[in-house]
Amino acid sequence: MKKKQLKDDNYKLSNIDQVKVNEILDKYPSNRKASAVIPLLHYVQKKSDGWLPVPELERVAEILDMPYMKVYEVASFYTMFNLKPVGQKLLQLCHTTPCWLRGSDQIEKSIFDTLKIKNGETTHDNMFTLMKVECLGACVNAPILQINDDYYEDLDYKTTKELLNKIKTKKTIKPGSVIGRKSSEPYEENGNKNVTK
Amino acid sequence: MKKMGIKMLQNKDKIFNNIFGFQSNKLSYALKRGDWDKTKKILSLDHDVIIEKIKNSGLRGRGGAGFSTGLKWSFMPKTLGERPHYLVVNADESEPGTCKDRDIIRHEPHKLIEGCLIASYAMRAHKCYIYIRGEFANEAKILQSAIDEAYENKLIGKNACKSGWDFDLYLHRGAGAYICGEETALLESLEGKKGQPRLKPPFPAGVGLYGCPTTVNNVESIAVVPTILRRGEYWFSKLGKDNNTGTKLFCISGHVNKPCNVEEEMGIPLRELIEKHAGGVVGSWDNLLAIIPGGSSTPMLPKQTCDTITMDFDSLKNAGTGLGTAGVIVMNKTTDIVEAIVRLAFFYKHESCGQCTPCREGTGWMWRLLKKIASKDASPKDIDNLLELTKQVEGHTICALGDAAAWPIQGLFKNFRDEIEMGLKLKKIAAE
Repeated sequence: MKKKQLKDDNYKLSNIDQVKVNEILDKYPSNRKASAVIPLLHYVQKKSDGWLPVPELERVAEILDMPYMKVYEVASFYTMFNLKPVGQKLLQLCHTTPCWLRGSDQIEKSIFDTLKIKNGETTHDNMFTLMKVECLGACVNAPILQINDDYYEDLDYKTTKELLNKIKTKKTIKPGSVIGRKSSEPYEENGNKNVTK
Repeated sequence: MKKMGIKMLQNKDKIFNNIFGFQSNKLSYALKRGDWDKTKKILSLDHDVIIEKIKNSGLRGRGGAGFSTGLKWSFMPKTLGERPHYLVVNADESEPGTCKDRDIIRHEPHKLIEGCLIASYAMRAHKCYIYIRGEFANEAKILQSAIDEAYENKLIGKNACKSGWDFDLYLHRGAGAYICGEETALLESLEGKKGQPRLKPPFPAGVGLYGCPTTVNNVESIAVVPTILRRGEYWFSKLGKDNNTGTKLFCISGHVNKPCNVEEEMGIPLRELIEKHAGGVVGSWDNLLAIIPGGSSTPMLPKQTCDTITMDFDSLKNAGTGLGTAGVIVMNKTTDIVEAIVRLAFFYKHESCGQCTPCREGTGWMWRLLKKIASKDASPKDIDNLLELTKQVEGHTICALGDAAAWPIQGLFKNFRDEIEMGLKLKKIAAE
C-alpha cells in the first residue's frame, strides 16, 4: 500500500555523489555492505528535501544489494527517516521529562502562536514542520528545539518566538544556547523563566 | 562546604579539563592539555598488562550498568584468531537526563580517540566503530574532523603512534532509536538492521559485530582510559570510595538554578553536588520533592533520602535505585509528579522496539493506565493493576528496556502512593 501511495513515475531521483557514496561504503567490510544503510539513507534524505520517497529507497537497496523490504524496514524503524514530505525547516521539540520540567509546553505554545502548527503539521508555505520528539540528549540545556541539524537551547516562550520570526524573515540565527551560554557550564544568567518556585 | 564532609574534587584531579569547551577541541590544544602524551609508551605494554591496570583502577562502566571495565575487556579472546576483534563505542546517548557524552565528543574528542586506540590495542582489535546517535549531527562532524586530524598526524591508522599496531577508527551515525543504546541492538543496527536486541548468550565478547568477538563500551569509560594509564591506576582508585572509584561526569537537570554538567568524585553527597555546582534547588532545598538520580530508568528518591544519600553505584543500589548514567533529574514541589512519570512512560512506549510482547504491549498499557491516574479519573484498583502490570513486564523481556520502563513507575508509587490516592479520593468527592 505504502509503495503504491508513494510511487510517482515523474519522480526525479536526487543527484548523489558517487565519491561520497564510496566514502560511506569504505567504512565497512566489503562483504558487509548492508552496514552502510543508515549512513546512506541519511545522505540520500539530505539530498531529497528531507524525506525518502520510494524510488530513493529502491536506489539505496540497489547500491547495497539489499532487498527493498529490508531497506524499508530500516527506514520505517528509525525515527529520523521521514517517509512523508516535511517542511524546509523541521522543528523537533523535545517533550520528555527533563525538558518538560523546564517548560517545553511553553515552547510548544510559542510555536503554535507563531506558526499555527501542532505536532505533525506543516505550515501552508511548506516552511516549517513540527514534530514532538523524545529526549534529544541535551537535558542540562533544556528546553531544546532542534531545527534541521542544529540544537537551540535554554529556550523560553519569548526566545522561541524571536527565533522563529528570524527564520521567517530569513535572518541568520546562531545555533546553541539562546541565553549566551557557551555549552553546559553552570550559567549565572540562567534565570528560572519557565520554572516556578 | 566543609561541614558536609567530603572535599571537592580538585582541578588537578579532573580528567576532562575542557568539558565546557572554553578551549578549542583541535589537536594542537588537546596536546597542550596532555592528550596523546607518551601513547607509544602505553602501547609498548603487553595487552593483558593494560587490562590488569584498568581492572586495578576499579573503573566501572559509565554507561549505566556499572560493570568493571577491565573485567569486561578480559572476556575477549586472548589470541587473535581468524575472526577479527572489534571495539564498538556506544555514543548513542539518549537516556533522558543524560548529556555527558555529547560534551566529551564535542569538546574533548581526542580523549575519546586516544582511548579507542588504547582500548582496542588492549583487546587486540584493529578496528573500532563509534556509534553516535543520529541527532548529534554537529557533534558527529566535530568528531569526524578530530578523527581525520588523528589520521593526518599518524596517531591512528597504520602503525598508530609508531607503536607497530595498526588501528582504524570509523564513525557511524545512528538514526534516532533509544534502543540502539542497548549493546546488542547497537550491533544489529551497525550491521544495517532494525535495532532489536539479541538474546544473550552468546555474549558479544564471543559473537558480536559480524559474528566476531566484540566489546561495547560507553564513551566516558573509554575516554578516561588514557588518563588512568598515564597517571597510574592507583591515582584513580584513590579517588572516590571503595569499589566506586574515580571521577564521574554528572548531569544535573530539571528544577535547579543552574543546570549543568560537572565532573566530581564518585561518592559525593547528592545535596552537595546540587548546591555546590547547580546553584541549588529552585526555591531552596526544602522545596525539593524528589530526584531521579541516574537517568530516567532509575527509580526516584524522595527528599528525605536525598538529604543524605551519596552518589555512587553501591549507595544508590542499597537505596533501591541506581547510579545509572548519573543523569540527575531534580523535581521541586511545583511538579506534578505523576505527569513527570507519564512522560517517561510515554518515552518507553515510543522507544520499545516491539520485539518482545510484554514490553511492546506492556509499555502502552503502563502509559495508558498512568495517564488515567494522572487525570485523577481512576480508582486505587487501577494503581494495583498498574503495579501488577509492571511486574509482568519486568524481567520478562530480552533486554532491559522492559525493566527500565517498569522501575520509574514502581518508584513513583513506592514514594507517593498515599498522596496520589488522596488526590483520586478528593476528585471523587468533588465530583459527587
